[in-house]
Order: sequence, then C-alpha cells, then structure tokens
Amino acid sequence: MNMESVYLAIPLASLFGAIVAGFFGKQIGRVGSHLVAISGVGISTLLSLIVLKDVVIDGAAIYNQSVYTWMISDGIRFEIGFLIDSLTALMMVVVSSVSLMVHIYTIGYMEDDDGYQRFFSYIALFTFSMLMLVMSNNFLQLFFGWEAVGLISYLLIGFWFKRETAIYANLKAFLVNRVGDFGFLLGIAVILGYTGSLDYYEVFDRADAMVTATIQVIPGLDWSVISLACILLFVGAMGKSAQVPLHVWLPDSMEGPTPISALIHAATMVTAGIFMVARMSPLFELSETALSVVLVIGATTAFFMGLIGIVQNDIKRVIAYSTLSQLGYMTVALGASAYSAAIFHLMTHAFFKALLFLAAGSVIIAMHHEQDIRKMGGLKKYMPITYWVFLIGSLSLIGFPGFAGFFSKDAIIEATHNADIPGAGYAYIMVLVGVFITAFYSFRLFFLVFHGEERMDAHTREHLHETRPVVTVPLILLAIPSVIIGWITIESVLFGGYFTSGARDAITILESHGAMAAVAETFHGPARFVAHGFSGLPLYLATAGVFSAWYIYLKNPSIAETAKQKFSFLYRLLDQKYYFDRFNEIFFAGGSRGIGQVLWRLGDALLIDGLLVNGSAKLVGWFSGIVRQVQTGYLNHYAFTMILGLILLLGWAVLG
Amino acid sequence: MYSEWPLLSVLIWTPIIGGILVLLAGDRDPSGARKIALLFSIVTFLLTLPLYTQFNTDTHLMQFVERHSWIDAFNIEYFVGVDGISMPLILLTSFMTVIVVISAWDIIEYRVSQYMAAFLIMEGFMIGTFSSLDAILFYIFFESMLIPMFLVIDIWGGANRIYATFKFFLYTFIGSVLLLVALIYLYTQSGSFAIFDFHHLRLTLTEQILIFLAFLVAFAVKVPMWPVHTWLPDAHVEAPTGGSVILAAIMLKMGGYGFLRFSLPITPDASAELDWLIITMSLTAVVYIGFVALVQQDMKKLIAYSSIAHMGFVTLGFFVVFRIMDGDNDAQGSVLALEGGMVQMISHGFISGAMFLCVGVVYDRMHSRQIADYGGVVNTMPVFAAFMVFFAMANAGLPGTSGFVGEFMVILASFKASFWIAFLAATTLILGAAYTLWMIKRVIFGEIANDNVRALTDINRREFLFLSILAIAVLALGLWPDPLVKVMHPTIENLLNHIATSKL
Repeated sequence: MNMESVYLAIPLASLFGAIVAGFFGKQIGRVGSHLVAISGVGISTLLSLIVLKDVVIDGAAIYNQSVYTWMISDGIRFEIGFLIDSLTALMMVVVSSVSLMVHIYTIGYMEDDDGYQRFFSYIALFTFSMLMLVMSNNFLQLFFGWEAVGLISYLLIGFWFKRETAIYANLKAFLVNRVGDFGFLLGIAVILGYTGSLDYYEVFDRADAMVTATIQVIPGLDWSVISLACILLFVGAMGKSAQVPLHVWLPDSMEGPTPISALIHAATMVTAGIFMVARMSPLFELSETALSVVLVIGATTAFFMGLIGIVQNDIKRVIAYSTLSQLGYMTVALGASAYSAAIFHLMTHAFFKALLFLAAGSVIIAMHHEQDIRKMGGLKKYMPITYWVFLIGSLSLIGFPGFAGFFSKDAIIEATHNADIPGAGYAYIMVLVGVFITAFYSFRLFFLVFHGEERMDAHTREHLHETRPVVTVPLILLAIPSVIIGWITIESVLFGGYFTSGARDAITILESHGAMAAVAETFHGPARFVAHGFSGLPLYLATAGVFSAWYIYLKNPSIAETAKQKFSFLYRLLDQKYYFDRFNEIFFAGGSRGIGQVLWRLGDALLIDGLLVNGSAKLVGWFSGIVRQVQTGYLNHYAFTMILGLILLLGWAVLG
Repeated sequence: MYSEWPLLSVLIWTPIIGGILVLLAGDRDPSGARKIALLFSIVTFLLTLPLYTQFNTDTHLMQFVERHSWIDAFNIEYFVGVDGISMPLILLTSFMTVIVVISAWDIIEYRVSQYMAAFLIMEGFMIGTFSSLDAILFYIFFESMLIPMFLVIDIWGGANRIYATFKFFLYTFIGSVLLLVALIYLYTQSGSFAIFDFHHLRLTLTEQILIFLAFLVAFAVKVPMWPVHTWLPDAHVEAPTGGSVILAAIMLKMGGYGFLRFSLPITPDASAELDWLIITMSLTAVVYIGFVALVQQDMKKLIAYSSIAHMGFVTLGFFVVFRIMDGDNDAQGSVLALEGGMVQMISHGFISGAMFLCVGVVYDRMHSRQIADYGGVVNTMPVFAAFMVFFAMANAGLPGTSGFVGEFMVILASFKASFWIAFLAATTLILGAAYTLWMIKRVIFGEIANDNVRALTDINRREFLFLSILAIAVLALGLWPDPLVKVMHPTIENLLNHIATSKL
C-alpha cells in the first residue's frame, strides 16, 4: 500500500465527514450526518492503526515529507507536511480512537439536541485539526493545528450559545489560549530568527546555534537564546495544556456538552502542549533553565489544582480539576526529561479520563442534566454498568497497581525522584502528596455519586435507569484500555526504545539527564513493576486518600461540615480557586477596558480631536478673523500694502 | 496577445465610461442602472485577470507599460505600468468593486444610478492611482478618487455626515498639499515627473528628510496611522456600507502603496534615519488602538479602529526592514517584512470589507449599529452568524484565514530587528481576539435580546453570494498564500536592493 496516500487520507477522511455534516446536515438529516462523520473518523482510526502497525511491527522508516508549499518568502520555505515516526503514530491512534468512541457516544448524548448535525461537524473537524497538529513536520502547521483546535474548542464550549455562562466561558477560553499562543508565536519567531527554518529536523540540526547565542531582552542582561525560545514555546503549552496561571479557562470549559469535555478538554486537545514539548525534546534538552521552569510549573499545577477538586460539587468540574492536576503530572515528567513517561501518561490518561467524563455524562443523562453531586448518591443500583466503569476509571486515575494509570503515574513519580535539576525536590514532594489528593477527590466523587443515601428528588429517582447501549458500549470499550493498556505497553513504550527505534530518535534525552535511565535500571517487567507498586509509598498514600474519602463522606459526613467551618479560610481559598478568576476579571479584563476608555476619551477624543483637529480648525478660524480685518475693501489700503510688500522684497533681494 | 493591448488604459477607462453611461441612463430605470453597473464592474474585473495570468514573475521591471507625452511644457506624461506591488492591489480593487455593486443591489433605492456611477468612476481612479508611473498623473488620480467618495458619504451617509466629510477632507487635504509640494520639488531637481527618475535622484539628507516628512503626512493620513487616524472612525460611521467597504478595502491601501512607491525608494536614507518614528507610530496603532477598539459601542467604529490596528502591521513591515538590515545578523527577514506588509494590505481588503458588509447586513434590517441593540442574532440568522463568526476569526488572525498570513510574516520578521518590536506586535493576538470576539459574543450569541432581533430574517441569496465569495477569498489566501507572494518577489527584492544603497 502506498503509505503517502494513507497519511493524507487519515486527516482528510475526518475533514470530509466534517464538511458533509456541516454544509449538508439539513439535506442528509441526523442519521446521515452521524453516519458520515463516524465513517470519516472510523477510517482515520483504522488507517492510524495501520500506520502504528507499520511503524511498530514492520519498523517502517520515518516519513518526513512536504504535502504542499504554503509559501516561500525570503528563502524560507513555509510548508505543510507530515512527519510520521513512533511518537506521531502513537498520538494518531490515541486521538482518532478516543474521538471515534466519543462520536458514537454522542449519538446517545445529543439525541434531543437541535444542533445535532452541527455538533458532529465540529467534532469531526476537531479530529482533522488535531491529527494535522500531531502529524506536522514543521512549526507553521503546528501553529495552524494549535489554533484550529482552539477555534473548535471555542465553538464547542459555546455550543449552547443561548447560555450566558457558555458564551462567557468560550470567550475566556479563547483569550487565555491566545495569551499562550502569543508566547508560542514569539518562540517560533526566535527559532526562525536563529535557525532560519521552520522544519523540525532542520531546526533540531541547527539548534546548536541557539545554545551559544545570547540575547539581551532586557538591556544589560544576557539571556541564553535556547532558554528564551523554549520558555516561550512552553508558554504556548501552558495555555493549551492549562498550566498555572493559564489554567483558568479549563474548568469553565465544562459549559460545553460532555462528549467534548471528554474528547477535547481531557483526552486530546489539552495534551497538545505535552505532545509539543515532547516533540521539541531536542530543544528543551539543551536548556536546563527551561526544564526547571517546566518542572516547577507542572508540579504546582499538579498539586494545587488537585486541591481545588476536593471542594467542587459539580461532577464535571471535579473531573476537570483532576484533568488539570494530571496535566501537571505530565508536565512534571517533561521537566524531568522523562518525555516518554509524559507521553505514556498522556495515553493512559486519554483513555481513563475520557472514560470518566463519558461515564459522568451517562450519570448526567440519567439525572436529567443535574450535575450537582450533592443531589446524587446511591446510583450504584440503578446504573451498574456506569458504576463499574466509573470505578475502573477512578482506580486507574489514582494509580492503583495494575491499572493503566498506575504504570504511567508511577513512572513519573520515580523519574521525578531521580531527576536532579533545580526544582526536582519540590516537584517530587508535590507529585507524591498529589497522589493522596487525587485519591481523595476521586473517591469523594465516587462515593457521593454512587454510594450513600439517595439525595435526588422523587421524580428523578423514579426515572433513574442505566443508559442505552450507544452510551454504555463506548464506555466499556474505553474501560478495557483503562485497565490493560499500561500493562501491555509499558515495557515497549518506556523501556523498549520505542521512541528511539527509528533512524532518528523521536525523543532525545541527554546523557546528563538520567531520570528515565535510572527508572529503566530498576525495571524488570510489568509484573515486578506492579509487585513493587504494592510496597511503594504512592500506594499507601492512595489508599489513605480513598479511606479518608470513605470515612469523611460516607461513614461520618459531619466531619466534612466541621472541617469546612474550622478551616473556613482554607475552604474559601479553594472555593474561590485561589482568587485567580477574580484577579483576572478585575486586573486584566477590567484593566484593559479602563485603559481603552482612557485612551479613547482622553487620547483620541480630547487630545487628538479636541486639541489638534478641532483646535487647528479654531486656530484657522481665529487667524482668518484677523486676516479678514485686512480685507477692508478700500483700494488705498491695498495699494499701500502692495508698496510695503515691494519694499520688503527689494530690501531682501538687495541685502539678503 | 495582451501586451499588444493598452490593457491598463482599458482598465482605467472602462469603469469610468461605465459610470458615465450609468449616469446617462439615470434613475428612470433603476434596475437598468444596476445591471449596467454590474456588467461594467464584472467586465473590468475579468479584464484585470490577465494582469495576473500574463504577469512575468522573473522581472522587477514594470509591465503592461504605456507611455505617451502629455503636457510637454512640464514634461508630464501619461505613463502607466504595473509591478508586483501594484498588480495585486489593482486586482483587489476590481474585485471589491464587484462586491460593492452586488451589495448595494436593492439596498440603495435613492439615486441608484448616481450611487453606482460613483463607485465605478472611483474604481477607474483607483486603478489609475495604482498604475500611474508619472507623479502628476498619480496625484490627479489620487485626488480625484476622493471626490466620488465625498459624494457617497455626503449623499447616502448618516446623520452626522457633514462633520465626517469635512474632517475627512481636511485631513486628506493637508496631506495632499504637502505631497504636491514635495513632488514639484523633486521635479525641479530631476526635470521630469517620472517616478523612476525620482528613485534615482541623489538627494542630501536634509532634502530627503523634508520630502520624507511631506510624504509621511500625506500617506499616514491615508493609512491612517496614529495619531492622524481620527477621521476614519467618523467617516466609516457616516458612510453607507459600500463607501465603508471601498474606504477600508482600497483607499487605506493608497497610504501603504505610497510608502512603497515614494517614501522608501525616493528617500531611503531619511527612511532609515526616521524608521524609529514610523515603527513607534505603527506599534502604537497596534497596541493603543487595540485597547480603544475594545471599548467601542458602535460596531462600525469598532471595525474602523480594528482597521487602524491592522494597518499598523503594514507600516511596521515596511519600516522594520531598516532595523533588520541594520542588525548584526544577516538581513534575512527584510523580504519577509515587506511582503508581509503587502499581504496584510490585500488580506485586510477582504476582511475589513467583509466585516463592514456584515454590519451592513444587520444595519439594513435593524437600522442600528449599536452593539447594545443586538444580542442573540444567531437564533434568528444562523447562516449570517456563521459568516460573521468566520470573518471575525479572520479579523482576529486565525491561521487558515488570510488575516493570519501578513501578521505572522511581520511578527516573525520583526524579531530579527528586536525582540520588543515583535513582542508588541504580537500583542495583536490577544487584543485582536479580545475586541473582535467580545463584540461577537454580545451581538451574535446569547438569548434573543429584544423584539427587533426576534423579527430578523436570515440573509437572502444575494447577501449569501457576496459573503461567500469573500469567505472563499479569505480562506484561499489563508490556506495558500504562495500565488500572491510569488508575484511580489522580484519587485520586493529589487526594492530592497535599491533602498539598501545610500543616496548620499
């Protein structure tokens, strides 16, 4: 088979589905729309699996070719093209398969919605954009995909455009992401400026030019160009992957329909930043400063965002904060030079978090779109399938030994333990304590939803039942990898040289950054890894978290209330999400409007128009008033003036 | 075969003759006037296509040249021709005129023939401006095109149109006078009005600076650059939709074009000397105007301010080249900067035109431009909403739309000059998105705000036609800018070589 056309067909199949469902949704109807969108994404998934097989089993050579030349200017080639290596192949499978599950699930979740066709068109378009992003072989296309997924995120968060909260959230998401993209674009400018290329491989080959060079961003201070470039790129990742302080948009993005919370705001789009940094590992490896920044930001996000998850009462928001925290874990791994562990966690997380979100969606359907967990409880007996898959997802999330999340999270913790760049000590404590927090909020949610007393109203209770197969089948299909994917892939992905098998390494790690190498030394097969997990500190922390959640929220619910009162300051701090939103609303949003008003009223209206424009008009008026005096209409006055002028001219000519 | 033809003259005079015919047909039969106008605008557009298809991309020399002596006493010639800078702008002009004619179809009911005639005649003058290679010919076209525009605003404009026209006139008039003085001075030095003779004229730095400043006032008003921009929001608010479209899409480009055709090549040393001034003004346009746009309550004003901010990238791109050539690094980036500015001009023509047309569509229904009078338009006009969100995204510079290309090129190039120039320029990513999408949120999304919005009907086939043509243009240029950029290369490279050589 001609692989070139396969690569091209993968994104285009999804795009085709999006276009047909989007422009001809009315003509082909609901069923037609979902069929065409699902077939498109189905083809993408199938072909992605073929590509993965081609790369992993058949050891296909790395493909790095241009599809078409976007533009040539100044000798710089701006291309659209594909780089297919082990990293890309893995991402393609994760993106397309999770997307396929979400597509099928959507049939059930959105069945009563007027915007059914529009929704399918958007998610298919998202799949196209995300695939273009991960398949890119250059920074231009990366930025294209980057902003395109941002656009679709905007459209989908605001999908229910009548809701004020939804259209507030989507504007906020877009703008916060634009702050990240601002850094990202400057990072690309630095890279182009010093390497003269946007092609990944060419940039990597010329990266040395940035290591030796310095730049004075602030006069008098020499900064290393590579650090500047990497930190700016990472600012982009902070926006997309919701790292503190650019995380504020993600919880609000839950205003969108649940399938997209699973697909975009948990499994795929938000991991674009993680993917990007891993893809740029040949650059990040060259800057210890940048790695330290990555590490500290990631650790801060992992811990502090997890804390907020404890006080949330909206089922989707708890999972959203959990997503933030898990993205923090991935970022920590990047900072510790454990890129493969980050990608590994990205993959396991994509499955178990998509599962958790879709299961939460199943609960929401059954609860008639009630999302407050204080009005749930005891759902276990009504929704057995949802219950079990939710439990699987939660166990995977907290890293219970044997489940998918365990392998990836333990690898990250171990790697952080072995890292020795500045900030590693802090990061290690954060991710370790984070394990307790994760277990605590996950099982708080789990117990409050599925166990304990039934707190819903009678009407809702009467109608409670398990959701339809179109919803539960994708859940089951996602539950399977949430359990097994870690066990079966850890050896090859993390320690089997998966990312270094090609002619060119997909992930580069310097010898001096030995965190992953140290983990590899202690690794002796997945079984031993699990066995070791049972005796490790993280498991105790996780167990303690589950137990505390059980004790506080099921056994003795009064404790939660007492604690809330006792530590009201802490509670308020968490409830207000550390006041980030308040600060941004007042300082940035309010500040910008204030500056705008001042510049407009004072600068434009008063100074320029008032003083200069109308002022000069008045000046002309005043001057003409004087000149008008001269025009008396008497001939002798004019004659006198002429003579005077003549004398002056003569005088100037003679003397001058 | 086309080179045998006086193609440029045909392009200049076809729409003018068309305009006169429409005037002669008069208002007895408005639909006849519309049809003649449409016919002539389409024919003119089709006739501009050979400019592109027959264009030789291997040379920087002028093409489709026609040269005849005109006023021998002053050595003034009828001298026209195009290169990679003017040719795309002529295509833009003829393209947008077709759009304007369609957009006015049954919207303008008062003095239809005169309205249509004004735009056709204006088209001829604008094409004349872009193709003139004689300074006086240029000046005549440059000034003449304002007359139909004043009339358009004055006859079909809003309530405050007298003030707006007056302000518009005063600003441009001051600039024009200085431009004329500078051109006459150059004539006295070179003995010719051929612009290329000016290019090769040696001038002292003082001469250059004075001429540069005279040009600056003339062109800065047109662009418009901060701080001589305040006529634009007023003019746009009062102008009818078609007037706004041509004003934003084409007339503002006269300023950018003037910098490339006059300032840079005639006064390269002064340009290098005073580049800081233009760069500062451009960045102020991006940042300052970005904030001002944020707080506008009138949609047209908001788009007008957004135009000023976007045109800041044009002038930034044109003048940042001096910093790039100055730097210790190689001069890579200077072509990118100039071509970026050019792409931005073309793209802004499509996008700002489309944005003003979108406002026109709802204005025709609601007779209000106030953002506060809208809300939830998507509920009653879903197709329109899709278009408006699309153009808004283009306005915010989303990759895949033309709005991204020019800004991207200029920001990348600016970094070669200075980190902080790139930094300030890149704030447009945030500001542009903020003012555009906040407006979209308040106008398009949300619950139906009031009964007027409830009564809205979605766009008709005519409106769908011109919006979709523009959408295709915006998308095409965003997905594949090479066909546009390619035609500029020789001209831009030649221009760079020229300005890199000191005249002192």
